[in-house]
Amino acid sequence: MTTSASGGPAATIGWLVHGKDPQLAWLFCGVLGVLILASVIGATLKRTAKSEAARATIDNLNARTRAWWKMCAIFALTLLVGRIGSLVLFALLSLLALREYITLMPTRRGDHRTLVWTFFFITPLQYYLIAIRWYGFFAIMVPAMAFLFIPTRIALSGDTQCFLERAAKIQFGIMICLYCLSYAPALLMITIPGFAGHDARLLLYLVLVVQMTDVMKYVWGKLLGRHKIVPLVSPNKTWEGFVGGVLSATAVGAALWWATPFTPLQSAGMSLMIALLGAAGGLVMSAIKRDAGVKDFGTMIEGHGGILDRIDSLCFAAPIFFHLVRYYFVP
Amino acid sequence: MSRRIHPLASVIAAVARGISGVQVRWLGCRPDVKQRIYFANHTSHLDFVVLWSALPGEVRARTRPVAAKDYWDSGMRAYLAQNVFRAVLVQRGARANTPEEARAEAAAVIDRLAEAMGETESLIFFPEGTRGTGETMAPFRGGLYYLAKKRPDVELVPVYLENLYRILPKGEVLPVPLVSLLTFGEPMHLKDAEEKRDFLERAGAAVSALRRKGQS
Repeated sequence: MTTSASGGPAATIGWLVHGKDPQLAWLFCGVLGVLILASVIGATLKRTAKSEAARATIDNLNARTRAWWKMCAIFALTLLVGRIGSLVLFALLSLLALREYITLMPTRRGDHRTLVWTFFFITPLQYYLIAIRWYGFFAIMVPAMAFLFIPTRIALSGDTQCFLERAAKIQFGIMICLYCLSYAPALLMITIPGFAGHDARLLLYLVLVVQMTDVMKYVWGKLLGRHKIVPLVSPNKTWEGFVGGVLSATAVGAALWWATPFTPLQSAGMSLMIALLGAAGGLVMSAIKRDAGVKDFGTMIEGHGGILDRIDSLCFAAPIFFHLVRYYFVP
Repeated sequence: MSRRIHPLASVIAAVARGISGVQVRWLGCRPDVKQRIYFANHTSHLDFVVLWSALPGEVRARTRPVAAKDYWDSGMRAYLAQNVFRAVLVQRGARANTPEEARAEAAAVIDRLAEAMGETESLIFFPEGTRGTGETMAPFRGGLYYLAKKRPDVELVPVYLENLYRILPKGEVLPVPLVSLLTFGEPMHLKDAEEKRDFLERAGAAVSALRRKGQS
């Protein structure tokens, strides 16, 4: 059986099945293995849990695992569809994250048209620029153009109350939820010599290491967590969880070097960087939630909270990872 | 009467749910097909559709909105109101010259609503009479009181719609898809010998009380 060279979902799946990208297939198998392991551990713990508090924790753990199955399935499917699948997925994630963020912000009637532009023009445009591989425009559209457009459009509404605060809050929102996040699928538009056609693996690597950091921080924090890092921001973040999570994710990332263009040492360095930035993202977004008086940004993902609660660390890790890769690995 | 929901109504409800990302809380009662009057704060064109879409299918099929005749009586709006959502159109605001005429007009409106309810139908009612800016609720008009008096057997369910004025404010055509919250409160009835003003204040307070804590 032959697969066409033009790409598309059928070709990509054929490519996987016929072992044209065994590394990508192995990554998927690894994720599947971890999910099965987590489900088995969760089921075992559920039977052994005794106290009421322990049962609540285990129920939350199992809810999280169930949500992980769904998230992994969606992410894997869109990766298999190809570039367009990932772009559509991340564009939707940007919109949903922005929705959760803006809902918490005290915007006013005068911001309405600005927000319509942000949701329905600026966001799709950013992902369109990735789709057509226009890197120069992609890199400056939000930080230069949208940055200037937002206060201008708000000023035109004639409402000056809390003007700078309103403009700054919307600007911050699109920097995090749109600009920073869009760097993850932007990995699909860079060409690394000797790695052409495998850029899906790079995106998968980033997402795996980021999410592994979050999961391992949670696990280590639950097992050993004693000393809180910044109790006023988040009572759940402990030094034990942080160190354990960052080191575990670095180890996992280093062990995945064979799927990347990196050497094992480079892969460890990249993973360390991703894990540290992910932790910074979680901390910053917790501070915003604490200030707004909420525990989670939303309720869309069972056990996890909102979309933005799940991708906050990715938003911080993606742009730096992208630029490190681009600076060191693209001639 | 047919229990079929107009297909376009289901489509519009699904779109409205998507745009408004609505979370639904039933705090004071459970969904039920028994006759009810849902009364809510009013800030957006989305209010009715979102409230209606939050009801289970069989309740939806027996729940009709009350809408202003002067606004919903022509062209596309009339088609949507009458054919798609089976709205009960009523005259709002007094056109009459004398207090007697005004009273007669109001009584005619209440008769019309009671007739539309029959033995099976529930109503969705916005007692403020018009869409507000969202920051504060306008005092309730008298219609709810007279209707409660006419149909004392019917449960009056307070509903609070949160954030919809940010999603589609008055005067805007395009929505901003934020997250909204819809809360159903505890059913109430008109008390024996309760004054109109007292009842309307109590009803308004019942709606305001459903706001999420920590929000102004």
